Amino acid sequence: MPADSERVLDVRDLQVYFPVRSRGVFPRTIGQIKAVDGVSLHVEAGKTLGLVGESGCGKSTTGRAILRLTQPTAGSVELNGTDITNLSRRQLRPLRREAQMIFQDPYNALNPRQTIGSIIAAPFRIQGVEPPGGVRTAVRELLDRVGLNPEHVNRYPNEFSGGQRQRIGIARAIALRPKLIICDEPVSALDVSIQAQILNLLQDLQDDFGVSYLFIAHDLAVVRQIADRVAVMYLGHIVESSSREELYKRPLHPYTHALLSAVPIPDPEAQTQRERIVLGGDLPSPLNPPSGCVFHTRCFVAQDRCRTEVPIMRDMGQGHLVACHFPIEEQRIGEVIHGPDSGLTAPLEPEPGYFSESITDLGAVGTTRLDSANSTDEGI
Amino acid sequence: MSQVVETESRASEADPSDVKGRSLTQIAWGRLRRDKTFIVSTIILAFFLLAAIFAPVITGFLGVDPYSLDPDVLDPAGGKPIGPWGGASWEHPLGVEWGTGRDIFARLIYGLRISLLIAFSATILVVILGTLFGIISGYARGWVDASIGRLMDLILAFPFFLIILALSGTMTQRLTDLGVPEGNASRITYLILVLGIFGWPYLARIVRGEVLSLREREFVESAVSLGASTPRILFREILPNLWAPILVYATLLLPVYVATEAVLSFLGVGVLPPDPSFGAMLGASTQYWTLVPSYLFIPGTLLVIIVVAFNLAGDSVRDALDPKAAKR
Repeated sequence: MPADSERVLDVRDLQVYFPVRSRGVFPRTIGQIKAVDGVSLHVEAGKTLGLVGESGCGKSTTGRAILRLTQPTAGSVELNGTDITNLSRRQLRPLRREAQMIFQDPYNALNPRQTIGSIIAAPFRIQGVEPPGGVRTAVRELLDRVGLNPEHVNRYPNEFSGGQRQRIGIARAIALRPKLIICDEPVSALDVSIQAQILNLLQDLQDDFGVSYLFIAHDLAVVRQIADRVAVMYLGHIVESSSREELYKRPLHPYTHALLSAVPIPDPEAQTQRERIVLGGDLPSPLNPPSGCVFHTRCFVAQDRCRTEVPIMRDMGQGHLVACHFPIEEQRIGEVIHGPDSGLTAPLEPEPGYFSESITDLGAVGTTRLDSANSTDEGI
Repeated sequence: MSQVVETESRASEADPSDVKGRSLTQIAWGRLRRDKTFIVSTIILAFFLLAAIFAPVITGFLGVDPYSLDPDVLDPAGGKPIGPWGGASWEHPLGVEWGTGRDIFARLIYGLRISLLIAFSATILVVILGTLFGIISGYARGWVDASIGRLMDLILAFPFFLIILALSGTMTQRLTDLGVPEGNASRITYLILVLGIFGWPYLARIVRGEVLSLREREFVESAVSLGASTPRILFREILPNLWAPILVYATLLLPVYVATEAVLSFLGVGVLPPDPSFGAMLGASTQYWTLVPSYLFIPGTLLVIIVVAFNLAGDSVRDALDPKAAKR
């Protein structure tokens, strides 16, 4: 395993703007959709970075821009120390084998007119790689590695279930042994039971090959299961990032608090008792993002300063980064929401605190899943 | 691997011998084989196609040919065929032509040859041009798409029949100058080119629309992220997904061109005597049809049968290739 500090992916100040053009014979650019606006992140070798956020916050666009499926407007993307932001298509081609992608929709990610054998052989053929023992053998090994029957090479994608198709997509992504795989919501379209299997498979592959993942998801429980580090995205910005344990135990950004409070708890009593933070309003339009801190329009602790001054990312200790003028320590949260005299300051006893309780339960969700999946693993 | 995974991935393996898998093409073919309309219309079409291909063999076997004159079966006064049904006899199964005594059966299957040659060639030309322009237009977008789009608008706005009639003489001459044999060879080439050049925009629009939606599918992005070249993406990833609409359009275009060739020959732009064609035969028959109705009805009926059979076969192909169609 490479040293911990080795960065497979280093993204600095990435911006992806989509021009909005007027209709007509001579279209003019009349605005910019700021899908990604100044995102910096890095992924260490053999580690997983979870990127979470609600729909439309720019997390998928970030992933696509890293692979140059969308051209970044500004910023830099370094893959294995090589800046690929402005490489031509030809220059980029050999570097493509270092980074691969697993897609969200397993029904769209496989060409319905090709056999899975030729789908999985495509990376070898396109990159001109001749694996030892030949492409056919390599394809069969890959199918076996992802838990599919190697005899099925001549079948077509329409004969497979969603989970099986996602396995085919994973086999294609690992074919060239990339250093980095961008997983764009790889389990969102799957049943919960299949989700656990796919997550376990990804984990196994990481253990075996030392591949790094940028794991994009909107499901906090899923990210908690697989990520080493988590970054929270809101409206094109990363608002908080930290190690997994730290983020789930001690969230600082009000948006992270709101997200965590929305995760259901499998205990009806705890579910009804705990405080839910419901954000008012909708996600603002990235065409015209709010001034200052982009979250201030929906933030429950926003003050005047938030409307004018853009918060910069600062380290709150142990690599816990947050971009907020008034980060919330968990003990204060009831007070923050209801005010000091509302009588609701302490919804539960301060220790362990309702938030840490919800965290425990959230953990239970994750662990239960992990356990059930593990127990099936042990069945062999 | 885990137990659950094993069961999931091997669940479909109920029949261990069935590891070949069924492609979408095979599924469509399975549907077609159970479609009676398709089978009947295909048999009819195959029959006519074989008749056209083996026309010299058939006429040789029957001892007739489309060009030789036979004054013996004509009334010396006026040239009317002797006998009922346009002079039908063992020597001339479907009768003879008024005034010349040429055998109608022989002319019919030779005419079929020319009609099908023109229809198939023009359709192939349309498929090549339409697919190429449509796929480029849809994938490139931007100014390339806009230019091809305006070119298609221009072609579609052209008064097609007027141009075909007006330019027939000069363009046929131009083709002859370019080395195409004089006479009907040049005229047939002209027809094929004109039908093809004025026909492709319709198909190109269908293909472009499909490509616009296909290029956003994630398997195309996957190919891009693997570093695939644009030709590979166009012809290996996207094109195989276009065969269904192209095939449907082509099978429905064939009967249109069989009919169009007849119309143009009827109007005198197409094949000229002594070479036979449906349109020319129908055109000639208009002078005599009150006296010899069979001369009008025989090529007319044949034309209708062929056009209807092509259309029904095309409909069946469309139904079979439609993934939303109910499974039959």
